[in-house]
Amino acid sequence: MRVVIAEDLTLLRDGLTRLLEAFGFEVVEAVDNGPALLPALLGHRPDVAIIDVRLPPTHTDEGLKAAIAARAAIPGLPVLVLSQHVEPLYAHELLTDSYGGIGYLLKERVSDVEEFVQAVERVAAGGTAFDPEVVTKLLARREPLAVLTPRERDVLGHIAEGRSNAAIASRLFITEKVVSKYINNIFSKLGMPPSEDNNRRVLAVLMYLDG
Amino acid sequence: MTPRQWIRTGLRATVSSFFAAGLATLNAPVLALWLVGLVLSPVPVLGTDLLAVTTTVVRWRADLERRLAARAGVMIRRPYPPEPDRADLGTRRWLRWIITDPATWRDMAWLLPGGLIGAALGAIAVAIPLYGLVGTVLLPLWLFLGDVWFGYALFWPTANVGEAWLALPQGLVILVAGLIVAPLLRATDVRFARLFLAPTEAAELRLRVAHLTTTRADAIDAQAAELRRIERDLHDGAQARMVSVGMTIGLAERLVHRDPVAALKLLAEARASSTAALVELRHLVRGIHPPVLAERGLEGAVRALALSLPVRAEVTSNLPGRLDTPLESAVYFAVAEALANMGRHSRARSAWVTIRLWEGVLVVRVGDDGVGGADPARGTGLAGIERRLNAFDGTMAVSSPRGGPTVVTMELPCALSSPKT
Repeated sequence: MRVVIAEDLTLLRDGLTRLLEAFGFEVVEAVDNGPALLPALLGHRPDVAIIDVRLPPTHTDEGLKAAIAARAAIPGLPVLVLSQHVEPLYAHELLTDSYGGIGYLLKERVSDVEEFVQAVERVAAGGTAFDPEVVTKLLARREPLAVLTPRERDVLGHIAEGRSNAAIASRLFITEKVVSKYINNIFSKLGMPPSEDNNRRVLAVLMYLDG
Repeated sequence: MTPRQWIRTGLRATVSSFFAAGLATLNAPVLALWLVGLVLSPVPVLGTDLLAVTTTVVRWRADLERRLAARAGVMIRRPYPPEPDRADLGTRRWLRWIITDPATWRDMAWLLPGGLIGAALGAIAVAIPLYGLVGTVLLPLWLFLGDVWFGYALFWPTANVGEAWLALPQGLVILVAGLIVAPLLRATDVRFARLFLAPTEAAELRLRVAHLTTTRADAIDAQAAELRRIERDLHDGAQARMVSVGMTIGLAERLVHRDPVAALKLLAEARASSTAALVELRHLVRGIHPPVLAERGLEGAVRALALSLPVRAEVTSNLPGRLDTPLESAVYFAVAEALANMGRHSRARSAWVTIRLWEGVLVVRVGDDGVGGADPARGTGLAGIERRLNAFDGTMAVSSPRGGPTVVTMELPCALSSPKT
């Protein structure tokens, strides 16, 4: 699987490269600044891009801007955005196109290597991976969520993070059948159209939360 | 102006004219009192105390006029310089401070002419609408009593019921004219007061120096306290955790050959500790300078803030670019504090923030539809905002009548640092 990495700190850039290569990814380019990123994304058309929000030269949000621009040019280009902090505002901007293949994680999630690689693979496959912290913030904002039971809120949080029914089932120590029952309840309580497609379901939930 | 606002302005001017005229009649006695005090001031012991009392009365009267002027929309700043050290009320030093201050003499110069003009203009401003009102109520009275015994305006005396009917339109015209004229009369009165009661240029400069000295001291204090807080947070938080991470890894190093399973457990523990340290650092950084502020500037950061509120908040802005970093940060934290205050007290269901840059003045307004009753004199939140803004020569005004809505207005002189890219 071909990967483009954009990260300005040498240590992290090399670490990410080594980590991904150890798991069988092919890092086709690792850029360390904003202006070089967009051409790299458009030129390589990677299977997935891992991008730091803050890049030189201005150290503001050029990574995020390049990611959004690249997805405008190549709809659905899988992008996993990493940052030292997460903002629902940025999640909102990443979600404005309704294609999948999007992720937004705290940098420190890299330390849980296996989960991180799973997230990269999920994004590459057109799925989503949203940081639990973003999801918590989004969940806290929506008042209608009061109609959900605490367990249903848990399940909704896991869906928003991008997990499949099977993954949620193993996390909560319940069967997949129970998970899908919870999900049906949630969708009907929130008045969302039911959907079997995993990815569509995640996007629906995120867009609902982002409201 | 809608007719409603227009009527309200007229009525308000009439009412305050009434009070201003009443207060104006106090001017002559106040002046006489002060002169008596001045004449008696050479009398040992008693004299200076008497002057202290009379001067306080004069300044109280002048301050009252300044407050009334502020209500009429004319800002008159207090011209009195701060008291020198060891100049307690009634001492010789204090006496010298009072006598040599030009503002004292300007107050005296205002008292008599100001009193005359205030009383005259106030009386006129109240009399015209009152006469108009009389005209409108006279007609029903005449009709009710069935007898015309009195004149009104152009018809004097009123000869018959037909002419009596004319009292109504005439009264209305006079009432409307009175309401139009009252704000003008009121403005004339306060402008005259400003001639005397506002600081002279020299006094203005002196006040400015005094203001800068306090705000600089405040800013330095605030900065020192902030650094202390950061130091403590780092020391007790992330730093301590990193020490424990190092220790755990060291232990794992020693165990790795003898007991690999235990070593693995320790390494997992170390990773958990490092994650916790990162969480703490992230919270700390957010408190020092929120990353989203560095990345997006004031507008973006306030939008991000609004997104995290429990209530719906609308943000509008006309900023064409980034502000200076220190200013940006101060305004951001001021807005954050105002919104947090709102969340704590107002029970609002929606809020709004507007950011406007107009001719070198940044005006930020934060409003909600809550219960109101916010008072910057009580509680530390709003006062904290004011101190923060003072360091940038900014000001804050709070309008929060009981029952709401609350609007906090902050104004700061400012320049753009870079145009938007």
